[in-house]
Amino acid sequence: MRQISFCEATLEAMSEEMERDERVFVMGEDIARQGGIFGQFKGLPQKFGVERVLDTPISETAIVGAAVGAALAGMRPVADMHFADFIGVCMDEVFNQMAKVRFMFGGQCTVPMVLRAPDGIIRSAAAQHSQSVEAWFMHMPGVKVVVPSNPADAKGLLKSAIRSDDPVLFFEHKVLFPMKGPVPEGEHIVPIGKANLARKGKDVTIVSYSLMMHRALEAAEKLAAEGIQAECIDLRTISPLDKETIFESVRKTKRLVIVHEAVKQGGVGAEISALVAEEMIDWLDAPIRRIGAPFVPIPFSPALEKLVKISSDDIAKAAKEICR
Amino acid sequence: MVRIRLFEEKVGELFLGGELPGFVHLYIGEEAIATGLCSNLKKDDYLTSTHRGHGHCIAKGAEIKPMMAEIFGKITGYCKGKGGSMHIADFSVGMLGANGVVGGGINLAVGAALASKLKKSGQVAVTFFGDGGANRGTVHEGMNMAAIWKLPVIFVCEFNQYASTTPSSYGTSVPNVSSRAQGYGMPSAIVDGNDVFAVHEASKKALEYVRSGEGPYMLEFKTYRIKGHFVGDPEMYRSKQEVLDHFESDDPLKNFAKTVLTKKWLSQKELDAIFAEVTSEVATAVSDARTDPYPADSELFNDFYVEGGVR
Repeated sequence: MRQISFCEATLEAMSEEMERDERVFVMGEDIARQGGIFGQFKGLPQKFGVERVLDTPISETAIVGAAVGAALAGMRPVADMHFADFIGVCMDEVFNQMAKVRFMFGGQCTVPMVLRAPDGIIRSAAAQHSQSVEAWFMHMPGVKVVVPSNPADAKGLLKSAIRSDDPVLFFEHKVLFPMKGPVPEGEHIVPIGKANLARKGKDVTIVSYSLMMHRALEAAEKLAAEGIQAECIDLRTISPLDKETIFESVRKTKRLVIVHEAVKQGGVGAEISALVAEEMIDWLDAPIRRIGAPFVPIPFSPALEKLVKISSDDIAKAAKEICR
Repeated sequence: MVRIRLFEEKVGELFLGGELPGFVHLYIGEEAIATGLCSNLKKDDYLTSTHRGHGHCIAKGAEIKPMMAEIFGKITGYCKGKGGSMHIADFSVGMLGANGVVGGGINLAVGAALASKLKKSGQVAVTFFGDGGANRGTVHEGMNMAAIWKLPVIFVCEFNQYASTTPSSYGTSVPNVSSRAQGYGMPSAIVDGNDVFAVHEASKKALEYVRSGEGPYMLEFKTYRIKGHFVGDPEMYRSKQEVLDHFESDDPLKNFAKTVLTKKWLSQKELDAIFAEVTSEVATAVSDARTDPYPADSELFNDFYVEGGVR
C-alpha cells in the first residue's frame, strides 16, 4: 500500500469529505493563506475556494461559537484550534454550548461539527503549546473524543468525525504530522468508539493512544526480546471508550499498563484503572500501572522537558515489574 | 406584547407560589423590543436569546403552551423538560435557544448568519443581549468576525440598566454601548426600547441593510428592567421608588395603549378584549402544564448522542 504522512492523510480526509458533502467547511487561524501551521490544510482553498476554507481572526470563542451556530443552521463545520492548549480560551463554547445544546433543547437539533486540536510535546514549545488535554473532555458528557495514532486511522477517524452528527474533538499529536504509514486510497472509514488490537500478546496488556502508542509498541518489542508477550491496544477514541476490548485483553493477560503523554493525575489512565478495578479486579494478578507525565506544567528547557516525556523504556520497565 | 406581559406575570406568580423548579428571569418592561423587532422577521430567520428569553421566544412565534410546559419541567415542553426556562428553543420558528451563559448566544447567531451566507439562503440572524452581556469578550469577537465577513446579523443590545445587580453606570465604560459598533465599522442606532413603534421602524431599517449584504448592524434599545434579575431577587441595589417611577412613566405596554387609543387604531374595548383573550390563553397553558406528565426515567439518555454514545 502507498505510504503517506499523517498530515497528508488528514488532508485527504478533509478533501474527500468536502467533495462528498457541500455542507462541510473549515475555519481557523492561518489555514487558508498559510495552509495551517503544520501544513494540514494546504491546497484546500485552491480546491474548494476561500468561502469554504475560512481564515479567521484570532478569536477562539467566535470560531467555536460560530461553528456551533452554523451546525445548528444545517452546516457541518470543522474548526481548527491551532493548538489544543487554546481550547481554554473558548471553553464555554465547547462545554456549555457545543456539548449541551442538543440535549438541553430536547433533541430539536444536532451539532455535527469537529474541533481539530493539535496537541502534545514538540521541540520545547513550553507550557502553553505542548499540552495533552484530552482527559478534560472525557469528563464532559455530550462530546466524542478521538485520538488517532497513525496516518490510516487519522484519515478513517477524521472522515467518521466529519460524518458524525455528534460534536467530535479530534486530537492530533504534533509529532505525528510528518510520520508516514500505509493509508488506503479513497473511502476508508474507521469507526468512532472502537479500539484497535495493535499487537497480540498474552502476558500483559498495554493500553495507549496517539503518539504514545508508538512508544508502547516499541516497548512491546523490547519486552518480546526478554520473553514477555505484551498485547497492545490502541484506543483510537477515549469517549466513548471501548471498555470491552480492554476487558477482553485483561481477562487474557491479567496485567494492565496504561500509557499517555498527558499528566497522570486525573488522566485517561485513572478512568480506565477505575473501570477495571470496579468491574474485573478479580481477574488481575498484579497491580495496574499508569504511566503519564508528572504533575507539573511542561517546562521549556530541553534539559527539563525530557523529564516529563515518556520513553519506551519507562513502559517496558513498568510492564516487567508487574510481570515478575 | 400583551402575551409576553401576561405570560411573564403568570410565571412570576407561579414561581413565588413555589410551583416552578429552578429559577426564572422575567422580561417585564422590555416587551416592546422583542415584539417590535421580531414583527419584521421571517419565520426562517434565526434568533438567539439570553437567560431572559421568554419574550424573544413568544415574539419569534413560539407557542406558549409548550413554553409553559417546559418551565414546569414537563415532557410536553419544547425541550421535553430537559432545558427549562433558561434553555427554551423552538427550531421550527428559527429560535435557536435561550442561553444560560450571558453572552453565550452571540456567536451562535454569528454562525447561523455564516451558514446563511454559505447556503445563500437569504436568512438573517438576530442576537439579543443586555448591557451586561455587552461586556463579554464574545461580543467583541463576534462583532469583528461578522464585520470582516459581512454576515447578515443584527446585534441587539437591550440596555435595561442592570447587569444582574450591577448598574450599567458602574459596569459599562460608555453610556451608549452602540458607540462601540464604530470600532467594528458597523452602523448602529440608539432607539427608545419602550416604544414598540420606534423599535419596529428602526429594526426594519436595520434588516433592510443586513439583508442587502452590507454586513452586520447594531441596535441599542434603551429600556428598564422592571423586575429583579430573577424572581425572588431582594433588589437591595435599587430603590422601590426608582422602579415605580419607571413603571408609571415609561411602561412599554402603557405607552402602546396610549398611542393606539390616541390615534384611534384600537378602542378601549378592543384592547380589553385582547387582554381577556390572552389571559384565558395563559390560564389554559398553565392548567395543561400542571396536569401534563413529567418525563419518564427512560427519557434521561434520549436526545443526547445521536449515535453510539457513552453510557
